Order: sequence, then structure tokens, then C-alpha cells
Amino acid sequence: MTTAELTLILGMASVTFAARYPVLAFLSRVPMPPSVMAALKFVPPAVLAALITPALLVAPDGRLALTLTNATLIGGIVAGLVAWRTHHLLLTLGAGLLAFWGWRALLTVLP
Amino acid sequence: MIASLPFGLIFGALGITGGLSAAAVAAMSAIVFAGSSQFVAVGLLATATPAWVIILTTLVVNLRHMLYGASLAHYFRALPQRWLAFIGFTLTDEAYITTINHFHRHGHHPLSHWYYTGAAAALYVNWQFATLLGIWAGRAIPNPASWGLDFVFPAAFLGMLVPQIRTRPVLVAALVAAVVALLGRQLPHQTGLIAATLAGVIAGVWTERRQSLAPQPTPPLKTNHP
Repeated sequence: MTTAELTLILGMASVTFAARYPVLAFLSRVPMPPSVMAALKFVPPAVLAALITPALLVAPDGRLALTLTNATLIGGIVAGLVAWRTHHLLLTLGAGLLAFWGWRALLTVLP
Repeated sequence: MIASLPFGLIFGALGITGGLSAAAVAAMSAIVFAGSSQFVAVGLLATATPAWVIILTTLVVNLRHMLYGASLAHYFRALPQRWLAFIGFTLTDEAYITTINHFHRHGHHPLSHWYYTGAAAALYVNWQFATLLGIWAGRAIPNPASWGLDFVFPAAFLGMLVPQIRTRPVLVAALVAAVVALLGRQLPHQTGLIAATLAGVIAGVWTERRQSLAPQPTPPLKTNHP
């Protein structure tokens, strides 16, 4: 490992820790108002939704890909339906991945 | 965990093909331990970006972890600082989501931090293992990123999100976050993600408040005689 690589990695590690730790250290010592607690319960669904939709709907060039040729979208729809019906993470992953691979294979066969 | 395995693999492979030494790729996973910023760093290295820009970008990409810290702080308020430092070092997307789901489902108890520790330790070991596998694959297999394994990530997150949508405010929060994330997809360095999360939280709070202000069904009238 070169010095440049080491400097980069240590720098990245420092800022990552700086983003994660101080808020936790401070807010765990001061009591939070109930309204803040009530608001924070919306963080997980909001983060998840914000991570999912661009991954499913945006093509690598940055444009919206609301088309049947978007295998990621098809796989995502199947995964969403299975998640809704079963609430089972592994089934969701498996069904989604199968649909994604199947659709992608289909697209390469079709003219 | 299952979801982060292919990501660690792809990261390891990309790091090697992008010109980092195997030791540097492994060290980045071990010391930084923040998947999305590691991907961004490798991508920036390929375009000969100076180190300080990569470090600054890492900070911006990881700013969302402040929200996780704020969300979990309440549950970890009795812990000594060295525990909090450990939690701060290992607080990834997956560790946060796994733990907060557990707390929402089972409530908070004095040993809650052990649940977090178990999840975080498993994710940490898994990430290191996947990175090493990726380093090996990056040397042995041409273009391992073309398998489409990046699909696993939104699929796993769907599997976590959908069961959470049980009330109207949560549904509204998720929908608003989804739309803002799409609108803000061109914003640099995942600032769109932070904006989307904040918008979703505000929408959720607003919906909940409107619901509680809506006229409640009138309670049965009290009668004064028995």
C-alpha cells in the first residue's frame, strides 16, 4: 500500500466517523422532545424509498427508464409484490432476482 | 447481510480493476466501512480525482448517517462513550435499518445495544469477507460487475420497506421521499437522497398531524341518571 493510498483511506475513515459518531454522542446525552422522536420514526421508510426508486427507475445515463426494457424495474415490481404478499425478505430477494434475470435473458433473445 | 455480500464483492473487484492495491482495497473496507462512499471513492480514483476531493465527497455521501445517529440516540442514551464510539464506527445503512426495525417491533430494553452489536459485527465480518472475495474475483474474472448483482440492493430494501407501510403517514413519507429522490437524482453526491429523506419525514409528520386534528368520532353522550 502506498502512502497516498493510506492518506486517502485514513481521511475517508475520519470524515465517515465524524458523520456518524458526534450526533449519536450528543443526542444520547440530551433528552429529545417527543415531537422530534415522533418525526424520527419516518426516517427509515423515507431513506429506503429514496434509495429504491432511483435504483429502479433511473437509467445509467440519468434519464427516467419507465419502460418494459428496464429489467431492473420489472424485477423491482415482482419483488415489491412478493414483499407485500409475504413480508418475507428472502422470498422477496429470490423472486425479484429471478424475475430480473429472466426478463434480462428474454430481452436478449427477442429482436 | 445477504444484500451487502454482492456489493462487497463488486467493490473489491472494482477497486482492483480501478488500480488500487489489494491491501488498499481491503484496508478501505476494514477502516472506512461505508459501502456507498467506498464505491464513489473508487469511481473518483479512476478519473484521477485529488484525494481531498474524494475525502470531502465521502463526508457528503455519509452525511445521512447523522440522521441515523439522531434516530438511534434515544435508544442508546444510557451507554458509555466507548460503546457509542463503537456504534459510531459501525453505523451503516443496513445496521441502522435492522436495528431500528427491531426496536420498533420489540421495543427498547436494557440489552438493546447487544442486538445492535450482533447485527453490526455480522455485517462487518460479511463486508470484509465479500471484499476479499471481490479482490480475488477482480483478478480472476473479467468484468464481474456485469452480472447485474446491483439489483439485489433495491430488491432487499423493498423487502424491508414494504412491511413497514402500515399507516397512512408512513405511506405518504415513503411516496414523497421516492418522488423527491427521482426529482433530485441529478444533484451531486447524494444530496438528493438527503433532501428526499427530509422531505419524506416532513410529509409524514404533516400527515400524522392532520390525522390527529381531523374530527374524531363523537364519544357516546354521558347520561346524568343511572
